[in-house]
Amino acid sequence: MSGAPRTALAAGCWLCHDCALLCRVPATTGHGARCPRCGAALHPRKPRSLERTWALVIAASLCYLPANLLPIMTVTSLGKAQSDTIMSGVTYLLHHGMWPLAAIIFIASVFVPVLKLGILVLLLVSVGRGSRWRPVERTRLYRITEAIGRWSMVDIFVVTILVALVRLGSLATIEAQAGAVFFGAVVVLTMLAAESFDPRLIWDRSEETRR
Amino acid sequence: MLAACHDCDLLFHLGTVAEGATARCGRCNGVLRRRRRNGIERTLALSLAAAVLFAVANAFPFLSFDMKGQKTETTLLTGVFDLFEQGVPEIAALVLVTAVLAPMLQIALLLYVLLPVHAGRVPWQMARAFRLLRRVQPWSMMEVFLVGILVAVTKLMGMAEVVAGLSLWAFALLIVVLAGAMSSLDPHEVWERLEVPR
Repeated sequence: MSGAPRTALAAGCWLCHDCALLCRVPATTGHGARCPRCGAALHPRKPRSLERTWALVIAASLCYLPANLLPIMTVTSLGKAQSDTIMSGVTYLLHHGMWPLAAIIFIASVFVPVLKLGILVLLLVSVGRGSRWRPVERTRLYRITEAIGRWSMVDIFVVTILVALVRLGSLATIEAQAGAVFFGAVVVLTMLAAESFDPRLIWDRSEETRR
Repeated sequence: MLAACHDCDLLFHLGTVAEGATARCGRCNGVLRRRRRNGIERTLALSLAAAVLFAVANAFPFLSFDMKGQKTETTLLTGVFDLFEQGVPEIAALVLVTAVLAPMLQIALLLYVLLPVHAGRVPWQMARAFRLLRRVQPWSMMEVFLVGILVAVTKLMGMAEVVAGLSLWAFALLIVVLAGAMSSLDPHEVWERLEVPR
């Protein structure tokens, strides 16, 4: 390919977010344009992608602390109540020799959310500063955040199943606690944040600074 | 045909993509188009199987738990109901959406769109239905739920006897079938079939 690669935007074309039809948009219309094939509203880039993603990332980070500090469930067995946070659950599993489970929970509940927030902040800062640094790798990082986010839900599902199974009156009961609510919020907010980020911004900025 | 990369907006002249082949962006390696052999028919067949498995998975208990003679059984919905009763409706709603409603909607929308498309007709409000399908997909988390089941069962193993129910097997199969349905679906092909009669 000769010279700078040509983007759809530079050619006056917008890609429909829903049906991926490439639409030629006359310079005069702009706002309110609709896809001729599926009727979706057309945008050159996801609207206000950086602002939205920042807002969701900050909200998720705020929820991350209580999600890890507050107990996610309480086990009451023969009158004794014991509360577990995510980390105390992991150490419990480690002490009882169930290290594969401890690894699953640690990766899904502690490592993945931090990794996701870290990658999103890296992308937001680098795009905000108009960085040309390694666009291919940054796009790959974005695809990773999109793919792994859902696995953080494992702990929420474990609590649900424990609550549903262990309800034996005075013998043993398990209750979900506030930490689980915050943790659920972290998962949902980071998923929404990944969805609102537009990876094409990574490439736009590296094109602009080249000229 | 002119096309653009979804991830980096590079413009392409995309020729016909052969069945079974994948076209990727030369700049960022994003998938431009992936075509499967008989994509629509294959997806339709797997979606029908998924509908049957979904009904089985939700109708029967998936685990039973036996501790000192006291036995509890749980289906997907009773777990959600217990969370709601315990005063954590937020979690109950999240689990209801991700483990029950989103997969159900996903299967229903697949059938709603693909049955008429297969017969050469355009379903009513097809664009809206197909758009909704794409929005719902990330929230359908049955495979994560299955891992959750395995973790919970292993945790409880020392305490009591946990028995897998019929629906656990249906559930495991459902995940494979639905993943197959989604991966053999080429959205471009569906949109192109829609485009012709209009």
